[in-house]
Amino acid sequence: MADVDITSQTMDGMGPHGTKVGLLRVLGPAHVWALGVGIVLVGEYMGWNFAVGKGGAYAALIACWFAGILYSCVAMIDSEVTSTVASAGGQYTQAKHIIGPLMAFNVGLYLVFAYTMLEAANAITAGYLFYVVAQMTGHAGDLDQRPFIILVIMFLAWLNYRGVLATLTFNLVITAIAFIAIIVLFLSTSGILGGGIMEHAALFEGHELPYGWIGVLAAMHFGLWYYLGIEGTTQAAEEVRSPARALPFGTLAGIMTLLIAATLTWYVCSGVLPWEFLGDGVNGSVAPLFDTARLSGSTALVWLLGFGTLFATLASANGCINDASRAWFAMGRDKYLPGWFGAVHPKYRTPYRAIVFLVPIALIFALGAPLDQVITFSILSGLLGYTFMPLNIILFRRKWPLETIKRGYEHPFHPIPAITLLTLCAVTFFAVFLGYGTQLVAMIGFYIVVSLWFHFWRYRFVNRGAQFTMPWPKPRGY
Amino acid sequence: MAHYQPPKQGKASQLIDVVVLVILTVGALFVPLWLGMAGAAKTVAAPVTEATWEALGQNAAQAAKYEALGYTPESAHDLILARFDYSFSVTALLTMIAVILLYYFLILRFSEVEYREVISEKFGE
Repeated sequence: MADVDITSQTMDGMGPHGTKVGLLRVLGPAHVWALGVGIVLVGEYMGWNFAVGKGGAYAALIACWFAGILYSCVAMIDSEVTSTVASAGGQYTQAKHIIGPLMAFNVGLYLVFAYTMLEAANAITAGYLFYVVAQMTGHAGDLDQRPFIILVIMFLAWLNYRGVLATLTFNLVITAIAFIAIIVLFLSTSGILGGGIMEHAALFEGHELPYGWIGVLAAMHFGLWYYLGIEGTTQAAEEVRSPARALPFGTLAGIMTLLIAATLTWYVCSGVLPWEFLGDGVNGSVAPLFDTARLSGSTALVWLLGFGTLFATLASANGCINDASRAWFAMGRDKYLPGWFGAVHPKYRTPYRAIVFLVPIALIFALGAPLDQVITFSILSGLLGYTFMPLNIILFRRKWPLETIKRGYEHPFHPIPAITLLTLCAVTFFAVFLGYGTQLVAMIGFYIVVSLWFHFWRYRFVNRGAQFTMPWPKPRGY
Repeated sequence: MAHYQPPKQGKASQLIDVVVLVILTVGALFVPLWLGMAGAAKTVAAPVTEATWEALGQNAAQAAKYEALGYTPESAHDLILARFDYSFSVTALLTMIAVILLYYFLILRFSEVEYREVISEKFGE
């Protein structure tokens, strides 16, 4: 029998310092699924195809599956830890309780930047979509995409400001439509329903691995984009009715959904679009599923995938605002950032100051940087976060063995998933180095500077013992 | 352990902290962009003077797709022939590895010092 049963009726959902006070607990497992898949599904609608450009179509498929293994490890590890942490902040809160404040501060920033950059990338894609639709419907001249980018970010921030239940219910509906659109495109173009238009063999001929095996390694960089953000399910920990049950269920159902969606997306797009066009997400295919629908000859599919792309970008941006603001809010509440950000809206019970503050940050990047750079910035922050997770689970199991805290979910084969995850992260660091080494070093330089700033300046404003908010026993070895 | 009482931070100081973070964040992305050092640009190593689908290495199926997308051999020339350069120096690779290891060493070490304080205050010595 474990010393602490986090799954019991009295403890499941217990907030910081053993209270029930905090954000509003209204969400169920379906909302958790919608939050995770909603953020990520846009990765099938845009961005993953840069992996094709890095190494060819086969390389992108290999990257898709290896990244799938990476994220399966992330989902399993995350599900175990988060089933015991019923508090906003996700991995940030985990790091605070398991590794220490500075690690938590860094993880909080990884989350905020990964999601804010992803939000910016979504807004860029939505702007592009309006541009293409305008051209297809006979608009003369170049449509200015910037008003649409601003509108998307402002509208979704407003939705988040007003309440989490409406926000994630909205996400549930549009994510489901975007997922169904991929299935319909697959059924319609693969020959299962009607005539197929797939030409994999002819399109791959002479271009099987255009860069050789190093291209496969390089493709891992953007292979992450198929799934990046699934770990965001943990941000809802303070707003789900039963964190110990809903979070593992929603997260694991989410990664299974994405593994299917990613493979179908690769199959459909690589069988219709030439790899050089597909692999260039700036000058070629910005929205590959939409481009595939355009070549299908079906107006209905063009509209369906057009709306699918728009809905996927909106769902993702929506989830990103939700997650980034929770992480920023949680850091404000702990005084890792100015305490002003730790306020909850008196009526809507949302972290409204964090939501509003991150709007201009997202706009700066959405309006000022090219898509691949924004995506790379997001991927790098995510990658640093995934590298933290193996350390996190190893220390969690060491400090609180299974007999000390009963989890809502125990991931199998420990420590194999942790070692696998760490190895795949190392491979991905190398992949990023192959094309974006300067950005990688600049970003790590940034994290080193802010870490020193935190440790030697900011941390003086933080209460020491009060940071440890979970009803856990004392860790072993301390 | 004596209970640590953090100082109260004034509004101006809070504002300065936020401004510092925002400047560092924006700088981390935009400085490499402004210096032209961010990202791997693709280049066309061997341009084709008289572009045809055959000269661009495209078979009939591939050419048909490009035409359906609205491309001609001339307009698709750079898109098809541009490639990344994956050559790298071992020194640069070792530098990157050293920077990553230094970073994790730094945060794990400082975190451990801070964490011991937290546990000590929360649970007592």
